[in-house]
Amino acid sequence: MPVQYYIFLSIALFCIGVMGVLMRRNAIIIFMCIELMLNAVNLLLVAFSKMWADAGKVDAGSAQLFVFFIMVVAAAEVAVGLAIITMVYRNTHSVDINILNRLKN
Amino acid sequence: MVLSLVALVSALGVVLSKNPVSSVLCLIVTFFAIAGHYIMLNAQFLAVVHIIVYAGAIMVLFLYVMMLMNLDADIEPQKRNWLKYAGAVSGGALLVVLVAALRDASVPALSESSVEIGLIHNLGKLLFTQYVVPFEISSILFLSAMVGAVVIGKKD
Amino acid sequence: MINLVWLVPFLPLLGFLVNGLGRRFLSKSLVGFVGSSTVLAAFVVSLMIFFQVKAEGFTAQVVNLFDFISVGSLHIPFAFQVDQLSALFLLIITGVGTLIHIYSTSYMHDESNESFARYFAYLNLFVFSMLILVLGANYVMMFIGWEGVGLCSYLLIGFWFKNTSYNNAAKKAFIMNRIGDLGFLLGILFMIMQFGTVTFPEVFAKAAPLGMNSPVLGAIAMLLFIGAMGKSAQIPLYTWLPDAMAGPTPVSALIHAATMVTAGIYMIARSNVIYTLAPCIQSVVAIIGLATAVFAASIALKQNDIKKVLAYSTVSQLGYMFLALGVGAYGAAVFHVMTHAFFKALLFLGSGSVIHAMGGEQDIRKMGGLRKYMPATNWTFLIGCIAIAGIPGFSGFFSKDEILASAFGVNISYYVIGLIGALMTAFYMFRLYFITFTGQFRGTHEQEHHLHESPAAMTVPLIVLAILSVVGGYVGIPEALGGHNQLGEYLAPIFAPSAPFAAVHHLSHNTEWLLMGLSSVLVIVMIGLAWQKFKNYQDSGAGATGLAKVLENKWYIDELYDAVIVKPLYELSRFFRDTVEKAGIDRLVNGVGRGVKWGSQQLRLVQTGNVGFYIFAMVISMIVLIVIGFLL
Repeated sequence: MPVQYYIFLSIALFCIGVMGVLMRRNAIIIFMCIELMLNAVNLLLVAFSKMWADAGKVDAGSAQLFVFFIMVVAAAEVAVGLAIITMVYRNTHSVDINILNRLKN
Repeated sequence: MVLSLVALVSALGVVLSKNPVSSVLCLIVTFFAIAGHYIMLNAQFLAVVHIIVYAGAIMVLFLYVMMLMNLDADIEPQKRNWLKYAGAVSGGALLVVLVAALRDASVPALSESSVEIGLIHNLGKLLFTQYVVPFEISSILFLSAMVGAVVIGKKD
Repeated sequence: MINLVWLVPFLPLLGFLVNGLGRRFLSKSLVGFVGSSTVLAAFVVSLMIFFQVKAEGFTAQVVNLFDFISVGSLHIPFAFQVDQLSALFLLIITGVGTLIHIYSTSYMHDESNESFARYFAYLNLFVFSMLILVLGANYVMMFIGWEGVGLCSYLLIGFWFKNTSYNNAAKKAFIMNRIGDLGFLLGILFMIMQFGTVTFPEVFAKAAPLGMNSPVLGAIAMLLFIGAMGKSAQIPLYTWLPDAMAGPTPVSALIHAATMVTAGIYMIARSNVIYTLAPCIQSVVAIIGLATAVFAASIALKQNDIKKVLAYSTVSQLGYMFLALGVGAYGAAVFHVMTHAFFKALLFLGSGSVIHAMGGEQDIRKMGGLRKYMPATNWTFLIGCIAIAGIPGFSGFFSKDEILASAFGVNISYYVIGLIGALMTAFYMFRLYFITFTGQFRGTHEQEHHLHESPAAMTVPLIVLAILSVVGGYVGIPEALGGHNQLGEYLAPIFAPSAPFAAVHHLSHNTEWLLMGLSSVLVIVMIGLAWQKFKNYQDSGAGATGLAKVLENKWYIDELYDAVIVKPLYELSRFFRDTVEKAGIDRLVNGVGRGVKWGSQQLRLVQTGNVGFYIFAMVISMIVLIVIGFLL
């Protein structure tokens, strides 16, 4: 199975994530779409890791650790992000991002 | 192949479903599909971690927040249609452009043979020798994220 | 001892720091003591260095203190060069400087505590800069001192800064010096460009192979000479020096007569190799020197301010020194620097003593008959006049005659014009003397009552300088008089490198006798003329006419500069201010401001605050970037 296959799969997942971010207004769904994009990238990293391992590189495992660290960061991000959304909801009773255009003033 | 299809379809489901809860469920399916890919790519440890962290922790957190806010009903007001299409079109354009950019990339095919780098034994060795500092730093990141979440979530 | 040479400039610097920083709490006597004793100590060290240098077989030594500039292949050390020339200048500067410091303690006694200390701080700083100038082992060091003395000169001319015209005089001096300094700086940069070094021996070593009349050397020589013109008040940059008399009189004596203005002479004497190799520039030097000598002397004939007369006389004497440099008689120039330092400092200090006694009056028409009231000043002033006029037996005679003899050897017209200048010198100096010290007192009664001899702190330096003015010439008795030119011999190593290139003019002893006899007789005739005309001078009050009026107005040179340079500059700057600045630049600047303001008001509308819109814009830009980066 060529690596191209994974590249295109990742691109597809990533673009679906982008579309979600653009089309939806629910902050939680946008958040999930961001997770989707992160995972698309992770998938690609793992695929490349496998590719280098086949090529005989010794430290191809680094890519997998990279994925590991991305997961760590994503988890932290989710914790903070959800806290923010909860806060916004508590104050505005909405998770519509258009409410947030108060950033303007 | 099947896994890829499952992943793509459920990812689209995330974006398109009206109900946020079904979005979450679709996302979980997508994650499982990706975890399957990980196993196929000899990243067994990552696959397990992925399921635990994403499907187990993060998505549960999402669901929990949603329950808390009582968002299961579709309260999302209709977005203006042209903006929706514009989003879809630009996302599609991005897809086309990326595919066009990477179409000619010549990369070797992956072998079916299994390699052992994804085993917890090897990764652990790497993590605690070469990457021990980033590992420790990530613990600080977690700590600060935790503090931040608590501070933000505090009722004041 | 040579290694302790850093002490010489360091001591005045110490005095400057102590006086400058402690000016609020030090008493006057302490300030005077610190100021004078540091220079005196420097003089003692210089004296010891001088004797070491004077000993047989001494070769120039360079004392490296630290690396000052080190860029690429260019190395400029902070180093002092001790050789015959710098040792001699050290002696003149610290010796005359000490006397003038002592004199100042009395002369400036009426100042307030703080400005008294300020005065001594400036004076010490000046001595420090001057010592750096003559000790520096390369042109950059020399330039540092050069700028330092310029600064001190500015500060001291404008010492009484509450008077606007004094301030203007200070600014004039500074700006004119800057014009010259620019030439000097360009000369140094050009030198770095051509030779890649500024250290004296290396520059001379690299200059020698270029041969006679090389355009590079000509350019360097000309640029350096422009610097010397500014600092040493030569045509056309001389007008600042008479105005510089606004400063306190001891300052005029030290800076504007004995030391700073001779920096140009020092520089050219130091660069003798370069000048000898550029004969056409050398003749420029000679002609400018000669023109200045005669021109300034003619102005001095009709001046009525005691200090102005001396100032023009200084300009004129500096002209003689340049004449000597121009005809290749470097030793004679340095000799004249030395004797001139003695008698001109003496004359200035004497005039200071007179001004002090007259309660600040400087107009000689209001003086007269001072001989009776101030005997010491009278006698020393007379000695100074005799010395500068060039009566045989006094120092001015030997040095001036050496210059004129050398000029005769090169070109007879140089000699004739120089002699005319020398005669005018004798005339105006004795006019000054007779008007001031003989006849009847013409001032007010109050002034007459106040007349007194100056205190010892002022008369002792006068007497010392008077003795030096008499005997100072005996170090350079020409061979024609059966003497032995010790100074020439002493300085020979300095000018040795240029000797092979110099054209030698040997005069027979008979010719020298003839020249000396001629000038002596004519000088005595001129003095007699002055005596006859001015011994019982009465101010007729009638306005001068014809040539006298032109002379009294200094050939209208100031007015000429005003019309030719200052006015057009004003007009040009007015044009720039009104047209270019207001209409052009301001409008451009304001236009840019307005354009940005308008543009930002339009762009502000884009910032909707709508997050969705922002993300949308981000994705679009990403697409564009990828298209540009990968597909094009």
